[in-house]
Amino acid sequence: MYVYDAFDQTLVAERVAEFRDQVARRLSGELTEDEFKPLRLMNGVYLQLHAYMLRLAIPYGTLSSEQLRMLAYVARKYDRGYGHFTTRQNIQYHWIKLAELPDAMADFASVGMHGMQTSGNCVRNLTTDQWAGVAPDEIEDPRVWAELIRQHVTLHPEFSFMPRKFKIAVGTSQHDRAALRIHDLALQLVRNDNGETGFEVMVGGGLGRTPFLAKTIKPFLAKRDVLSYVEAILRTYNQFGRRDNIYKARIKILVHELGPEAFAKEVDAEWQIIKDGELALDDALVDEIAGRFSYPAYQQLDDSPPQLAEARRAARGFDAWLGNSVANHKVPGYAIVTLSLKPEGGTPGDATADQMDAIADLADRYSFGEIRVGHEQNLVLPHVEQRDLPELWRALAGIGVATPNVNLVSDIISCPGLDYCSLANARSIPIAQEIARRFHNLDLQRQLGRLHVNISGCINACGHHHVGHIGILGVEKNGEEFYQITLGGKADEGATLGTLIGPAVPYAQVADVVEDIAAAYLELRQRPEELFIDTVKRTGVEPFRERVYATR
Amino acid sequence: MQLVENGKLVEDRYVHVDDDAPLPDRLPVIVSAKRFLAEADALVSRDGSLGVSWPNDRRVNELKPWLGHLALIALNFPKFRDGRAYSQARQLRETLGFRGTLRATGDILRDQFGFLVRAGFDSFAVKKTADAPAFAASVARFSVVYQPSADGRLSALRRRSQSAGAKTPETV
Amino acid sequence: MTSPLEQKKIKVTGPVVVTANRVGDGAVVYSRADGGWTTALDGAAIATSSEGAQALMTAALDDDLRAVGPYIAPVKLSAGGQVRPGNLRELIRLGGPTIELPLPLGC
Ligand code: SF4
Repeated sequence: MYVYDAFDQTLVAERVAEFRDQVARRLSGELTEDEFKPLRLMNGVYLQLHAYMLRLAIPYGTLSSEQLRMLAYVARKYDRGYGHFTTRQNIQYHWIKLAELPDAMADFASVGMHGMQTSGNCVRNLTTDQWAGVAPDEIEDPRVWAELIRQHVTLHPEFSFMPRKFKIAVGTSQHDRAALRIHDLALQLVRNDNGETGFEVMVGGGLGRTPFLAKTIKPFLAKRDVLSYVEAILRTYNQFGRRDNIYKARIKILVHELGPEAFAKEVDAEWQIIKDGELALDDALVDEIAGRFSYPAYQQLDDSPPQLAEARRAARGFDAWLGNSVANHKVPGYAIVTLSLKPEGGTPGDATADQMDAIADLADRYSFGEIRVGHEQNLVLPHVEQRDLPELWRALAGIGVATPNVNLVSDIISCPGLDYCSLANARSIPIAQEIARRFHNLDLQRQLGRLHVNISGCINACGHHHVGHIGILGVEKNGEEFYQITLGGKADEGATLGTLIGPAVPYAQVADVVEDIAAAYLELRQRPEELFIDTVKRTGVEPFRERVYATR
Repeated sequence: MQLVENGKLVEDRYVHVDDDAPLPDRLPVIVSAKRFLAEADALVSRDGSLGVSWPNDRRVNELKPWLGHLALIALNFPKFRDGRAYSQARQLRETLGFRGTLRATGDILRDQFGFLVRAGFDSFAVKKTADAPAFAASVARFSVVYQPSADGRLSALRRRSQSAGAKTPETV
Repeated sequence: MTSPLEQKKIKVTGPVVVTANRVGDGAVVYSRADGGWTTALDGAAIATSSEGAQALMTAALDDDLRAVGPYIAPVKLSAGGQVRPGNLRELIRLGGPTIELPLPLGC
């Protein structure tokens, strides 16, 4: 956990005061909507179909129980008793009133939270691996670096009106859980041949209308240079990124049009000028930030305590959940527990205020008061003693967040789609719900194994459909909802964009198509261990295409 | 257009001269980048302050040989959302060491004052007269900044390490 | 930003209303014949000609203090004179999400 100090606290409080003044000017007519819009967007306030929407940042996906309780409180007091966790480690409130927003912001500020830069053409919320600090395979805790960069880019005077939004992710493990390659800028902690740690720098990833995977422009950047190098990238982008066409304004287009080498050269020229200036980091500065992260006082425990084996024999449900939702922790005797926000019939990523309160209590009891939010729209309790798992499971099941479907076909990533979003072409949530219903049988889900279904309601790709093993994209045809299906996308270290399998299918047929694809996979796979994604890679999409369109 | 300097509404001392118009004697003038580049030698040896209006899609590096002769550079924000001139301003101040007046023109509203001052501007051609009195308050809005910029303020990171002796700043 | 009026000439092929979101809370509103706004589609002024729609839009754009982002939306009129949204998006704006919203625990 990063603990705010007086500087951080002062800044968010001053930001709330500024926003209060801007809202007052808007409500009194001093500001027109055209003038107000960029100001509200810089505080995460959108206008959706039914109401304003507030997007709150959860920097690098780490929450304290106190903060989670505040999320619940705001959901109850100013919204409709629930919130929606997004694919970018944010939470969204869909029914918030403009006139009440300054008060809600002040409540958030009291626990060190804000909506700054969750929208607008600035650097957005920094994201990372939701297992940061606890994953057995990580190089070091990426959140220290994410926090350093977060601070550096917050209310940055130069980079608050860039051509377009700018998303940064920091990764740390061999296994990429932060979807690095689909970010405008990704920094992957790596170790070089001398055993020093630094960053591999990748730029120009992004989904949307023209999807690209980020390209490496610097294989090894020393840690001391990370702020100056980021500054040089942002400065290059701010000056040369396209502003004539909103669809070509992201850095991916600049990198693509210039070519990664030429882009890297521009960055390097700028970087040489500033690298030894004020932005050069020394250990003392980094330690100052690292020192504000508190880590749990773990006990000395053994892995696999006897209670676990007993509980597995006693309850099949526990056994299934343990096998599915619990992962190894870097400290013996502890575990990382994923809380599925994908119950059958629910909206992927939604949590009620009551659930949030209950999870905050469980985090206090079992996880040193800490909760994580992952880009798959699930929550995580990162430090659970293995011997507490049976008790925790019962408690989680009691509040509906222990569905053992993590990484299975019903663990669907879905954007809000046309049920909420003013940019949508088609609905996403009911599609997700129908697919979950079709695969209601968990044995079937397990038989299918790891299978990521990602759904977006329009080409903006908030649901990351391009990198779903099965990607579903809502389009509009003659006023009707249609969906394009892609196969073979991946967001991890082997990031790949999915391949379109054929013409879009109507709303009512999407779940049938997914069932057909699943059935085709079961027939095509060479052995049960061959994952869906590997079968698609081996066979290509052709056999799936045939199966899907044979009868359509 | 109203001009704000040092937090006050002021008269513009400069005459904006069209590209084909003759230069008035001795008065401070602002010329376009095009005219400046074509007539630079003559312009800098003329009597009277010289300003140039520089577009936001041209590298400010081109001005490097002339910076000592320029009293003012006007950078343009064609739209509120077009922030290229923030980078130009910081480069002029921090990299090229320009010490003259840096004027922000175009779509300038009070909500940008804080950013503009931090980027190194000290003259503001505001769109709304009503925004002028808000200047001082807007600029003073944030007592904490997270990054170094052209205004020379210390970032929270540096302030923390300076007060490291005092340790444990108040937590919340 | 160019106003929606400048963006394109208004073409109207059936009955339409002008709709927007209320400034204070973002609620969906429809412009009324008397220049005000209502949350009830029944109370909306219906235009059937380009000129009529244009007039409603002009008034709506002038009312930036009360309503945000006005635009022209199609409606359907039943034989009995009932007004219904003309497409799915408008149906959802009027009636809310098509999915069940989360309920507090224990409900
Ligand atoms: S993908 Fe499109 S529909 Fe879905 S949330 Fe993003 S903008 Fe809205």
